[in-house]
Amino acid sequence: MIEKKELMEKTKRFFVGNMVTIVFVALGILGFIYSGLSLPFFVNELFIRITRNSLLVLALIIPVLAGMGLNFAIVLGAMAGQVAIIVVTHWGIVGVKGFLLCMLLAVPVALIFGYLTGSLLNKTKGKEMIASLILGFFANGLYQLVFLIFIGTIIPMQNEVLVLSSGVGLRVTIDLTGGIKYAIDHIWRLTIPWAALSTSILTMLYISIKFYLSKTRKTIKQMTTAHLYYFSAAMLLALWSIYIMNTDSLFNMLRVPIITVLAILLVCLFTVFIMKTKLGQDLKTVGQDRHIATVAGINSNKVRLTAIMISTVLAAWGQLFFLQNLGTMSTYGSHEQVGMFSIAALLIGGASVSKATIGQALLGVVLFHTLFIVSPLAGRNVFGDAQLGEFFRAFVAYGVIGLSLGMHAWKKQIQARNSLKG
Amino acid sequence: MMERINEFYKNFGLPRLIIASFLILLCIAAAMVGLPLPALFSAVLVRFGMHGVLVLAMVPAIIAGIGLNFGLPLGILCGLLGGLISIELDLVGFNALATAILIAIPLAMLVGVAYGWLLNRVKGSEMMVATYVGFSAVSLMSIGWLLLPLYSPEIVWPIGRGIRTTIVLTGRYDKVLNNFLDFSIFGMHIPTGLLLFMLMICFLMWLFLRSSVGVAMKATGDNPRFATASGINVNKSRMIGTILSTVLGAVGIIVFSQSFGFIQLYQAPMFMGFGAVAAILIGGASVKKASITNVLIGTLLFQGMLVISLPVANKIMTLGSLAEISRIIISNGIILYALTQVSGGE
Repeated sequence: MIEKKELMEKTKRFFVGNMVTIVFVALGILGFIYSGLSLPFFVNELFIRITRNSLLVLALIIPVLAGMGLNFAIVLGAMAGQVAIIVVTHWGIVGVKGFLLCMLLAVPVALIFGYLTGSLLNKTKGKEMIASLILGFFANGLYQLVFLIFIGTIIPMQNEVLVLSSGVGLRVTIDLTGGIKYAIDHIWRLTIPWAALSTSILTMLYISIKFYLSKTRKTIKQMTTAHLYYFSAAMLLALWSIYIMNTDSLFNMLRVPIITVLAILLVCLFTVFIMKTKLGQDLKTVGQDRHIATVAGINSNKVRLTAIMISTVLAAWGQLFFLQNLGTMSTYGSHEQVGMFSIAALLIGGASVSKATIGQALLGVVLFHTLFIVSPLAGRNVFGDAQLGEFFRAFVAYGVIGLSLGMHAWKKQIQARNSLKG
Repeated sequence: MMERINEFYKNFGLPRLIIASFLILLCIAAAMVGLPLPALFSAVLVRFGMHGVLVLAMVPAIIAGIGLNFGLPLGILCGLLGGLISIELDLVGFNALATAILIAIPLAMLVGVAYGWLLNRVKGSEMMVATYVGFSAVSLMSIGWLLLPLYSPEIVWPIGRGIRTTIVLTGRYDKVLNNFLDFSIFGMHIPTGLLLFMLMICFLMWLFLRSSVGVAMKATGDNPRFATASGINVNKSRMIGTILSTVLGAVGIIVFSQSFGFIQLYQAPMFMGFGAVAAILIGGASVKKASITNVLIGTLLFQGMLVISLPVANKIMTLGSLAEISRIIISNGIILYALTQVSGGE
């Protein structure tokens, strides 16, 4: 009886705690049904968007853990990436070589931007988020000043493809076709069934080896429950992919960019690794309580600065991966929405202003972009107006950020009141 | 003498000094490139009156301790709705304007109550929450503009569904305030009605701030704990500040639209709050302190700069959008500056 009650309580807590995510899972499923899209088309579109956007969302995690809230200033990181692309495209270096050069060039620019952002956020403690949001707008003004006015007047640049015909200012869109478009994505691609098969085989191998090694040390029971689930899931996936390979399903035509996926995995591993180092521990301490951190001898300003600098560099690379997949860069627009969309995705995945995990980031990307793909079509099919779906999607992105910020502030206020009473 | 200059400098503030000198420079430049100064000054006056009420909407919010009200779009949306309904009722001239305002005020009060309730629950993070509440309200109302049951042919698209993105006010209440008792002097056109209306609202606000409710609000903003100790209901004071700010936003956008000659819907109100925030900060307000003087000086400096910089920039450099870019840099720069001036939790 008691067990049953406990289970009820547990389920309730699960639903309340993951409210936002559950609502978006439901919205995504409903939207998919009403959009009338075919599954292979949807999966393909979703995969493209996951590989395109994940890195930018992952860039948000470290500042959250450092207690600096959602870093709207990843917009500056995106700008750093675009500066690198402009330079490399101007030099005419293409393909993988061009892309690697972009990554290299973006680092110092992003580090400088990150340093400036971090310094500003250290001066606006407690108001980091609004400061980083406004900083994004401000930096956008400077960015336009440099690339729209200074190019051709103060900065000499001669390039008929990039510069406007008047000789001053860069063109509004820069075509990356023949440049760094698909530089990474097309190095190595596997069809979805093959990718699924290899993933599941690797997973099964990993679990088996772990299981074999642990047999001698730990009790078997501890290992099995969780791993059994993963193992059977992997097995099912493998069976499904073998089945699909032998049909003429459209899935066999769709291909996954393996190197990009590996890059995303690498950043995930990097984030896990960083949190285990001394720096990571300091980050967590500063994030939990700045005063305690100071007492413990941690230079919290320096730690916060480092967190923002890492985030900015990751965002710069994220924007590079984003643009090499997209293939065209909107010189004055590609970076503008990066902060908002990434943050909305992270929050939809279940993260909050003070807590974020890699799982939440990836789940958030899947859910947010599901909504992105289905909502215009669902809007048209249900209400007879595609525009309505688009407005709804914008409302969702803004609304989820507002809601999450509000809930967090409210919780903090209640906690403060309770601690005063106690 | 040095002391005096120093004191003046301290009172006037560095940002205001920079903007004011920039404005004077712009005026000199405008004269040098041969732009007609009287026409420019009349344009400045119009813009001053147009934006004045919207900027004034910041005062009650700042004084009540909510901070910069980035959620101004909430009030603006109520004002827009009022403006549309007055056209739907087929009203013309002063009647139309008055009806628009009278419809918008109760709407804005209702929204203000809800908004105030929310802001009372997120103390300390008001600005961020307000920004996103404003953004989401604008996107939600974008859906609203598509679905609202309004039928006047001036409002809806002739084909398809929903309300137009811009609605022309010619023949409705276009410039009714501007043209009230207007006259010309030294080649300058003075929009008397507009200026009078704005100054009247400023005066009402000035009176209100001296009433007992206004003083209680001020005390709340200055020091909430002290206010509680002296028996002031902090939440109520903040609520009044929020409602007033929202109502002023609604009235402000109607005044703005009648002067502009158009009602702009959908994404247009998204960033209107930022302009008002920048203006009052340039006027010398901070996140915690604001006065009517800040509103008047700030609106004049900010709008003056915008109006004069555009033709000057176009004369000097025919390319690009230098004026627009400098607006972005200056308005966001001043907000950032104000944020760094708030002493943090330490």
